[in-house]
Amino acid sequence: MNPSAIWTAFTTIVVREIRRFTRIWPQTLLPPAVTMTLYFVIFGNLIGSRIGPMEGFDYMAFIVPGLIMMSVITSSYANVVSSFFGMKFQRSIEELLVSPVPNWVILAGYVAGGMARGLGVGLIVTLLSLGFTDLQMYSVSATILTVIMTSMLFSLGGFINAMLATKFDDISIVPTFVLTPLTYLGGVFYSIQMLPEFWQGVSMINPILYMVNAFRHGILGVSDVNVWVSLAMVAVFIVILSTVSLRMLSRGRGIRH
Amino acid sequence: MNDALRIRNLNKTYEGGFQALKGIDLTVQSGDFFALLGPNGAGKSTTLGIVCSLVNKTGGTVEVFGHSIDTDLARAKMNLGVVPQEMNFNQFEKVFDILVTQAGYYGIPTKKAAESAERYLRQLGLWDKRNSPARMLSGGMKRRLMIARALVHEPRLLILDEPTAGVDIELRRSMWTFLEEMNRRGTTIILTTHYLEEAEALCRHIAIIDEGRIVKNTSKRDLLRQLSMETFVLDVAEPLGEAPALADFDTRLNGEGQLEADVQRGHPLNALFRELSDAGIEVTSMRTKSNRLEELFLKLVEEGSGDQQEASA
Repeated sequence: MNPSAIWTAFTTIVVREIRRFTRIWPQTLLPPAVTMTLYFVIFGNLIGSRIGPMEGFDYMAFIVPGLIMMSVITSSYANVVSSFFGMKFQRSIEELLVSPVPNWVILAGYVAGGMARGLGVGLIVTLLSLGFTDLQMYSVSATILTVIMTSMLFSLGGFINAMLATKFDDISIVPTFVLTPLTYLGGVFYSIQMLPEFWQGVSMINPILYMVNAFRHGILGVSDVNVWVSLAMVAVFIVILSTVSLRMLSRGRGIRH
Repeated sequence: MNDALRIRNLNKTYEGGFQALKGIDLTVQSGDFFALLGPNGAGKSTTLGIVCSLVNKTGGTVEVFGHSIDTDLARAKMNLGVVPQEMNFNQFEKVFDILVTQAGYYGIPTKKAAESAERYLRQLGLWDKRNSPARMLSGGMKRRLMIARALVHEPRLLILDEPTAGVDIELRRSMWTFLEEMNRRGTTIILTTHYLEEAEALCRHIAIIDEGRIVKNTSKRDLLRQLSMETFVLDVAEPLGEAPALADFDTRLNGEGQLEADVQRGHPLNALFRELSDAGIEVTSMRTKSNRLEELFLKLVEEGSGDQQEASA
């Protein structure tokens, strides 16, 4: 395929993905908006006012970056895993497999679709948070770079999960038993400085901690970890997961017999 | 005339060790209307699945209009349109979007894709349903949607895996007419079917596959020539209680009370009528029973499995 045809194929996949999640917006866009508003009200306003400042910021301002990141991570992952597995389940993935679209374009299209939903939800949650706190912007570049890279990484994660999944249970195991605990324990609601030394060490092996802190650094200028180490880690994971995804696509794991 | 499809020594062994294809050789010429027949599990869908990149082959080569699926896969795919056996579109998408999206996968810009989608939806009688979600279509409409989708990028080779399975006779006939027209316009067509009358009515060449091997590959004319016996269905003026015992022909009554008579190829029909007349039976109309291919198919498949049993004994 020539570059123009490849671009058409890529935009076709992305547009179809965006059309899918906007068509079912009560399942994709509304729930995170409702959930995060509840977090803002309960943890930010009601409980947060009794907790007091954290790292020099009131509790609401402290948790907003983490909650935005949580919704970006969850939505990016969920979009790709449910869309791609849905196509596998309905066998409509065969539409792509019989076409001349190169594997890297298929992967890029799905990842871009996941990022579109992740970043869209992130934007919705950010706008909602403005009703509860005044958001600063310490570093625009660090904020945007972190959220884009994180969204990309978890879209890739969702893609691999969908490739490996053989039944619907398989696409809920990772979000429920891996992503949610890691996100909750990844410094969304607290600074790891509050933990005993041993648990601080344990927290440092949680990759989501780095992304939440890099994003918080972008907005508030405070972080438990080095921001550039965080971004470098995310970049390395992106390269690894992209390689694994392309290898799986090329072998046709779970999609070709 | 160049080859639309050229398959050499194609092998497929599934993970569990089942050998679905055992060295298939097949050539389909450009412009042909070709039928691949075989019982369930014979290897038809596996063969076509490999051609369409839905199944990984274990060995052998496949070329589509000279483009190898190993070294020039994108070009091979550009020339292919596929209508699978089972529904495989997104049930929640609109009919029109399914076609435009499929064209987009082939790099066709949206405006051109929309024109092509409209053309095929109109030709297949689905234009009124263009804004309906695919799940709202009837079974026959879904089949036609898959044909429209396979054609939206104007492939030179159209592969249909049992395209008329489960559709009513009227729709089947209209699909035949459409496919014949596509073939007349130059599209090479390969189909698998369980309706042997379909292959007999549409195709010029027929291959029969059984247990992963091609047991016959020839023109329909040659295949039918091999039939030694032809069955005629006769309507008679007076209903018969039982089939008459004729000296030179086997006869029987079918479920509809019609008389069926087997006639050896080359045997004059006058003799049949003479004997019927002597038996006091008046024939009002006559037709050939369209099961000739079916008979031959069963014979070849039985011979094939017999040979293999002998070979493995």
